[in-house]
Amino acid sequence: MIALTRRYRFSAAHVLRSERFSDAENERIYGQCAHPSGHGHDYGLEITVTGPIDPASGAIVPVAELDRLVRERVLARLDHRLLNQEPWFRDAVPTAENILLAVRRELEDALAGRGGARLARIRLTETRRNAFECGDEP
Amino acid sequence: MPDDRRVRLTRSIDFSSSLRYALPGLSEAENEARFGAAARPHGHNYRLEVTVAGVPDPATGMVLDLKELKQVLEREVMARFDHRDLNRDTPWFEKQPPTPEVFASVLYALLREALGDLLHGIRLRQDEDVWVDVSGDPAPTVP
Repeated sequence: MIALTRRYRFSAAHVLRSERFSDAENERIYGQCAHPSGHGHDYGLEITVTGPIDPASGAIVPVAELDRLVRERVLARLDHRLLNQEPWFRDAVPTAENILLAVRRELEDALAGRGGARLARIRLTETRRNAFECGDEP
Repeated sequence: MPDDRRVRLTRSIDFSSSLRYALPGLSEAENEARFGAAARPHGHNYRLEVTVAGVPDPATGMVLDLKELKQVLEREVMARFDHRDLNRDTPWFEKQPPTPEVFASVLYALLREALGDLLHGIRLRQDEDVWVDVSGDPAPTVP
């Protein structure tokens, strides 16, 4: 098994509220995070790809190419944005869990048909104390 | 059922090397067209984390004497790569450039040879934001 991990950072604002719930319920479920003015985080995003090393590039996915994909398809939507306005979260509260799953959908789509590279894992840190992961166990 | 007394032990080393993504068969212009800025000479402060695994010896209580692991890493990695140029001073990057994937594969193969089944896996950190994990068998193909 060989896997390459690249870490990105972005800063974003969000409000955790759902129209499904009343104001009182939103405050009970999301606590401080439901404050209508919003708040923000410095997120860390670790993308792990696995697959054969392409003999032409010597890489699973060349880092410069991965950077371009992530910049265009993920960071352009999330960095210095209010996440509640992003279409990814039209019907989903922009919790770290939902950010993680939206990034996974986007990058799986971006990597499909790009040879043998596969998205193995995504790790999203929302604060120094909270980390969220999906995909293969490390 | 795996032996539940199995323990993993990781030792890290730091070394610095210069490198460029450039293949001897290509011209300067071709290398730069293929590999971009990485085709120019640059360097990294690498960190290599080496994990060995096994059941501790009942007499010594150790999976592997750390002194021995230190000597292996000194001989196999530090002596070959620290303050060296990966392209000019080592024979492994003539057919494939020293990307983190290729470099990690080379290191894994060298350590597999030296440590055998004790080697569990490695993590090569090229900088704060890029790292490669290699583990298992067979070793990924190395040029």
